[in-house]
Amino acid sequence: MRVRSLAIGLLVGGLALTACGKEGTPAGDSGVGEGPSTTAEVATDVKIEGSPTFDRMTQNDKVVIGVKEDQPGLGYKDPTTGEYSGFDIEIAKLIAAKLGFEESKIEFKTVQSAGREAAITNGDVDYYVGTYTINDKRKAQISFAGPYFVAGQDLLVRKDDTSITGKDTLKGKKVCSVTGSTPIQKVRDEALTEPENIVEFQGYSQCVDKLLTKEVDAVTTDDAILKGYAAQDPDALKVIGKPFSEEPYGVGLAHDDKALRDAINDILEKAKDDGTWQDLYDSTLGKSGSKSEAPDVDRY
Amino acid sequence: MDILIDYWPLFRDGFLTTIELFLLAGVASLVFGVILAMLRVSPVPVFRATGTLYVTVVRNTPLTLVFLFFVFAYPYLEILELSFFTAAVVALTVYTSAFICEVVRSGINTVPLGQAEAARALGLTFGQSLSQIILPQAMRSVVPPLVSTLIALLKNTTIAAGFSVSEAGRIRSVLSDDGENQLVGLAWVALGFIVIVMILTLVQRTLEKRWSVAR
Repeated sequence: MRVRSLAIGLLVGGLALTACGKEGTPAGDSGVGEGPSTTAEVATDVKIEGSPTFDRMTQNDKVVIGVKEDQPGLGYKDPTTGEYSGFDIEIAKLIAAKLGFEESKIEFKTVQSAGREAAITNGDVDYYVGTYTINDKRKAQISFAGPYFVAGQDLLVRKDDTSITGKDTLKGKKVCSVTGSTPIQKVRDEALTEPENIVEFQGYSQCVDKLLTKEVDAVTTDDAILKGYAAQDPDALKVIGKPFSEEPYGVGLAHDDKALRDAINDILEKAKDDGTWQDLYDSTLGKSGSKSEAPDVDRY
Repeated sequence: MDILIDYWPLFRDGFLTTIELFLLAGVASLVFGVILAMLRVSPVPVFRATGTLYVTVVRNTPLTLVFLFFVFAYPYLEILELSFFTAAVVALTVYTSAFICEVVRSGINTVPLGQAEAARALGLTFGQSLSQIILPQAMRSVVPPLVSTLIALLKNTTIAAGFSVSEAGRIRSVLSDDGENQLVGLAWVALGFIVIVMILTLVQRTLEKRWSVAR
């Protein structure tokens, strides 16, 4: 009898807890990345010779795309509906459509920064679209199509804070970013602030949380990511707007899949030329008010 | 080998912070854990209840939640500002002391009741008999599980990497962002931990030998 009431108690408690988890509206509707997605026409009879990834995609009749879920405006997963939205997501969808996969055949998979190379090399994802900066060391493990966007490292501060105007005014200020990420390494290496003032968390949202409670003074990473957060809370946050690095975002692919890389490069180039890129940008990141242009594809 | 040489400052600083974190939290949780164990065997019901409640609540809470509390919820209470490093030490101490408490308490239970009775017959107070008679005998019988708990603490320190303490657990994030081979990097981290654990095991062996008694 006791065991049974205990079991019932646990069950009810568990149900109550899961119910709690599903409630709770997403804090501050972003307004960014919620527009109707510019669905591209789905191509038919696409054939890519000599691409193991594409063969796998056709065999499974679906495409698995690695994305981020915590970057409003770029790659964001709505906690209530589970829908993904943002510029990266739109680019990912566009590529899928041009490869012949309609939206119902796309499976988005959230992969955090630290696990990206592993997810691609292990074949957990077919390609990865999520603020993935192209650099030579990464090129040794995987390959990149694109770039499809160029971001730059910038600073997010509280709106009423006038003491921080750029990267050289960070001395004595607490600066936050994601553990071990390139932007925070840059702050450390260039001694933009004192080592004890460097704060690192697992995600940007935790940094933004600490920024709002004034425990840190600035959050640093690529401006595209920061703009998304500023757009979520425009009354409290602002982006400085003086980028001090160049971060070309690419589509992460398996290392030896040149055939698919060329195909995706073609898709991106065409999207730039026919204005699709601009449409996608305007309906997502562009809503924050900043303008941008499609970069030239860098074939290697 | 290249990774270790190229990133030597990262590894060195990481492990130094890990050891610092471990030593501070280890000492603090030993002290706090013994106090908790004393509470749990005390003759005063309120103390016993406090000790039991603490152990039940903390031992059943995942360490990450304890960290989350001290780093993200606690600041809202505006009691005392903690640096992220101090918060990590506090979180680890709060968590580990519950385990230490249970280990020490099991040691106390191995001391024959006659010892406590004899101490009382000699006119020692509860505190005196506990600290002079019972605990010294209890501690020597719990060295192996105590060291196991401390080893667990050592490995638990890596959680702090997610909460703005740059220790050994952070090494992988840096390597991955630089596009280095994470598996090799992690193998070195594992080796580092094995070395520290081996030192702890040596300490355990020495203590066991020194404190061994013919029964």
